[in-house]
Amino acid sequence: MSEASNAGPALLDVRDVSKAFGAVEVLRSVSLQVKRGEVVTVIGPSGSGKTTLLRCVNFLESYDSGSIRIDGKEVGYREAGTRQRRSERDLAAMRAETGMVFQSFNLFPHLTAAGNIMLGLTKVRGKSQAEARQVAEHWLGRVGLAHKADSLPAELSGGQQQRVGIARAVAMEPKILLLDEITSALDPELVGEVLAVVRSLAEDGMTMLMVTHEMAFARDASSRIVFMADGGVSAVGPPKEILAEETTNERLRTFLARFRASHF
Amino acid sequence: MASQILYALPFLAKGFAVTLWVSLLVVTLSLVAGVLLGVGLVYGPAPLRWAVRIFSDTIRGIPILVLMFFVYYGLPAVGLHLPSFWAAVLALTLFKTAQVIEYLRGAVASIPKGQSEAAMAIGLTFRQRLTSVIFPQAFRRFLPPWINGVTDAVKGSALVSLLGITDLMQAINQVIGRTYEAMPLYILGALIYFAVNYALSLASRRLERRFAFIRE
Repeated sequence: MSEASNAGPALLDVRDVSKAFGAVEVLRSVSLQVKRGEVVTVIGPSGSGKTTLLRCVNFLESYDSGSIRIDGKEVGYREAGTRQRRSERDLAAMRAETGMVFQSFNLFPHLTAAGNIMLGLTKVRGKSQAEARQVAEHWLGRVGLAHKADSLPAELSGGQQQRVGIARAVAMEPKILLLDEITSALDPELVGEVLAVVRSLAEDGMTMLMVTHEMAFARDASSRIVFMADGGVSAVGPPKEILAEETTNERLRTFLARFRASHF
Repeated sequence: MASQILYALPFLAKGFAVTLWVSLLVVTLSLVAGVLLGVGLVYGPAPLRWAVRIFSDTIRGIPILVLMFFVYYGLPAVGLHLPSFWAAVLALTLFKTAQVIEYLRGAVASIPKGQSEAAMAIGLTFRQRLTSVIFPQAFRRFLPPWINGVTDAVKGSALVSLLGITDLMQAINQVIGRTYEAMPLYILGALIYFAVNYALSLASRRLERRFAFIRE
């Protein structure tokens, strides 16, 4: 597939991952690699398995077969293909290596913006309150919210909450950042401020795997785009190739046509 | 009349102390047991969940009075003789525990799944997720029904008088037995119960404000 694009082992290596919810196959033998510093965007119609795939990468969902490795280490299951889940402690440590930003923000409402960021730093990374506070302030500055450090989530706009959500994820210094339709719950005028933050992280070399419906952003910010349909990877390639109108992939063409019809 | 009641005040005060002591025991013991069992009901393995579910449903389906008589008069049949005071405390605690289990379950269930997921995503372990993310939020929803339950416990403690324990209720009845001043003594009793519960609900409102996520 994209194996030849450049050398070096993939940071994220998804191989033949399948998953079913009862009789419904949501992932069918999905394979996908993300290299260090790459921004890979997953697009596709709803129900195509994009979000499930993302949630498998940090094991918020289990998968039935196949393998997902980050930096060579199997996620979720113990080695040797035993399908034996890792211990709770092990899983927590693995999840700390991936950052996730959610569609519905999921900020902790009882903690301030800084408190949201500090929780993982103190509990998981073992930093002191003072150190954690410094890191939190640094990242809040990066997302343009230095002045909101002591605000509660309920006192922030949606765009501000999502920027805190991003800061909370990146402050943990994850190897890869997972972005799950992070602008879908925002009012249109707030989308820009969030995407600007993502773009600046990409410029800093943060490795990202994101699911989005923002095609213009996907085109500009991604190294590669993955098109998923019916639980499988239907096409992978550079944005220009995938989003070209003359694509020969029937499903992709239908998806893009429908998308253009509803967005332009 | 006034002098007779004044004369009885120390006796009533003793009864009031028993009422407070019973209430405190019941509230504290049921809080500890109910929270532990409630966590078992929400997160425990299946057998534990069933056991707690059966316990809670059974206990809540029985009138407290029946439960109390059962513990005091029924359990000796299987060789368990409890002094009346502890039989009453046990019965009231069982009843209250079943309620606390349900308050806790409801409070935890009301926290959106995204909260656990966000906590998992930053690498918190199960225990850390509970103590740092779920419980602080659930506490706020647990508090109002629980305080309601505490006032119920204070009022319900009057039932212990039926096992011959001299709590406030029993003390009042005894003084009425001597003085035949039913009306003023029942009014006095009602005022005392009311004062305790009103103080509790004031404290509750302060606590709720203290733990709100929106500053006022």
